[in-house]
Amino acid sequence: MLAMSTSTDRPSSALAGGPALEVVNLVKDYGKFRALKGISFTVDDGEVFGLIGPNGAGKTTALRIISTILRITSGHVRMFGTDIAERSHEARKILSYLPEDAGAYKNLTGNAYLVFIARFFSQNREDLRRIVSKGVEIADLGDRMDDKIDTYSKGMARRLLVARALMIEPRVAVLDELTSGLDVINAQEIRKIVKDSSRRGTTVLLSSHNMLEVELMCDRIALINDGEIVEIGTPAELKAKHGAQNIEEVFMKVVS
Amino acid sequence: MNSTLNILRKEIREMMTASTVLPIVVMAVLFGAMGSVMGGIEEDVTGAPTVGIVNDDTHGDLAAIAVDTIGDLSELAYNGADVDEGIATVDEAGGIALLHIPANFTERIMSGEPGTIQIYWIMKGAGLLDSISSEAVNGVLWNVNRAISVHLIDVNASVNSTLALNPMTMTETTIFGDRIMDGISPGTLGTMLSMQSLIVPLVMMMLIMVAGGTVISSMGMEKENKTLETLLTLPVTRGSIVTGKLVASALIGLMMAAIYMVGFSYYMTGFSASGELDLERYDIALSALDYILVGISLFVTLVAALALCMILGTFAKNYKSAQTLTMPIAFLAVVPMLLIIFKDFNTLPPAAQVALFALPFSHPMMAMRSLMFDDYALVLGGIVYSTIFAVVAIALTVWIFKTDRLLTGRIGKKEEGRGRNLLRAVSGRKR
Repeated sequence: MLAMSTSTDRPSSALAGGPALEVVNLVKDYGKFRALKGISFTVDDGEVFGLIGPNGAGKTTALRIISTILRITSGHVRMFGTDIAERSHEARKILSYLPEDAGAYKNLTGNAYLVFIARFFSQNREDLRRIVSKGVEIADLGDRMDDKIDTYSKGMARRLLVARALMIEPRVAVLDELTSGLDVINAQEIRKIVKDSSRRGTTVLLSSHNMLEVELMCDRIALINDGEIVEIGTPAELKAKHGAQNIEEVFMKVVS
Repeated sequence: MNSTLNILRKEIREMMTASTVLPIVVMAVLFGAMGSVMGGIEEDVTGAPTVGIVNDDTHGDLAAIAVDTIGDLSELAYNGADVDEGIATVDEAGGIALLHIPANFTERIMSGEPGTIQIYWIMKGAGLLDSISSEAVNGVLWNVNRAISVHLIDVNASVNSTLALNPMTMTETTIFGDRIMDGISPGTLGTMLSMQSLIVPLVMMMLIMVAGGTVISSMGMEKENKTLETLLTLPVTRGSIVTGKLVASALIGLMMAAIYMVGFSYYMTGFSASGELDLERYDIALSALDYILVGISLFVTLVAALALCMILGTFAKNYKSAQTLTMPIAFLAVVPMLLIIFKDFNTLPPAAQVALFALPFSHPMMAMRSLMFDDYALVLGGIVYSTIFAVVAIALTVWIFKTDRLLTGRIGKKEEGRGRNLLRAVSGRKR
């Protein structure tokens, strides 16, 4: 049984009794087009796992399926041993998904938006207050939290959305292009927030075009190309295997 | 390549999408359907009316003139001596009136008093246009009046000039269903009933346009603002999302409609006609139960309409396309409202009746008038139909929320199979 985690009762890997994510022969068809051709990988509890690949490789499709918003054509995705297709509602209680181009309700203030989201995850007022406080701390937008989201810059909006995704201290965070469109300072701060969250036990699955970001953040990486996993390993293993200086070189060698 | 032509091609490709063309096609088809209804009305007005005559003044010269004139200008379905039999015969023949000439018709005129023709109107429907055919009979009677007047002048009858010019008066009884209403014409009754029962169609139209537009726009906004993906990953059932959106739209729609109706009620007080009809006198006043039925009909129809709008909303790619999608809904709300004000359900062509019944929006619009004349079958049938429509529409909406359609615009092979199964389950058919 999947359960909502809190900062005080986050279950350990041993207690969870299985990997955080287990993707087995995952296939996704859009009509006649096969976007995923039977990919398989495992993400351990507390791990930061990167999914990288060129545009159209199937990264976002995989993340959307794992986030329970796209249906599976064939194969399985298990979250802590539970099939997410069969128990998607339970899976949604412990995961957070941050889409690449996510938006927020523009007529709400930053605070009101966090309260709106927190209500889905809180059992009582104390829970609600704790989650929102965490969100405000992560967003770090000061007085601007009382302003309408409509007035936020892109960086501010992204910080709020990252706060939204991580304030509930999810057991699994699925982050698509985490720092997309952000300047260096904002990007670095957000990476730090995610790493902190990971240190507190959140399993992170992220996709990015930024190879430096992936190398810095991920414990392991899977390279996906044309709907197939073509490489998987730690950054050090991959660099060694391909005699590359960095992950960007690995990427170029594998994909080309 | 010509740059203007290049731009032109691009613009046309951008504008000619299914979501922009389809509403216009739907509207064109509906206009066509309305045209056929109006064509039928025109035939009613221009054709010779079908009437019956009961002439008790068998030896009177002036009665004979009246009978001859009526015979020349109308289709005679009955020419006998029994009023009840005449009414039944004319009704069966699709006629609209039985004209009863009393035994003292000629005698009264010759003695200096106007002769009276009793008209029994056989009213088929209570819409404004349903009474137009009675104008054709009024035209015939105007000719009867003139023929008698000409005769009186020709024979140099010893009557005063005022009577010679207007030798005839009419008394009217309107028969509508089981009701016999003395002293009122179909035109007056139709106008007054339409005014009385105008409020529900207007409220319904406003509700559908405002609440329906809100729910469609809400879906478009979720997509445009990229909030939908996040919403779908939250631990909330698809049913709750659908319910939340439907109820919110219904509440906003009700509030908007209430504000609109306050203004409209002030506007209506300017028309004295709406207050003149004594509904109790004609036994057509609504009881408390009737009002409850109207309320139930409004509620289930609103739910059905909003679920339908939500299905349409899933097609909205953004706020702009959502606005386009509200057009057919607005039209589907306005057309039945106009039809119902102007024509009674019973007097519509069969194809229009089927279309009107199939559209859940029309049931609460028809409810008040139907209940005035105790047509409970139509009202209860409408409530049952709208409820089934609402349940199916909500089930479809929730199912769509569970498919990939919201995000990808397609259902997908596996889901298409599930969709077929769902439709089979709804229609009760098995593989």
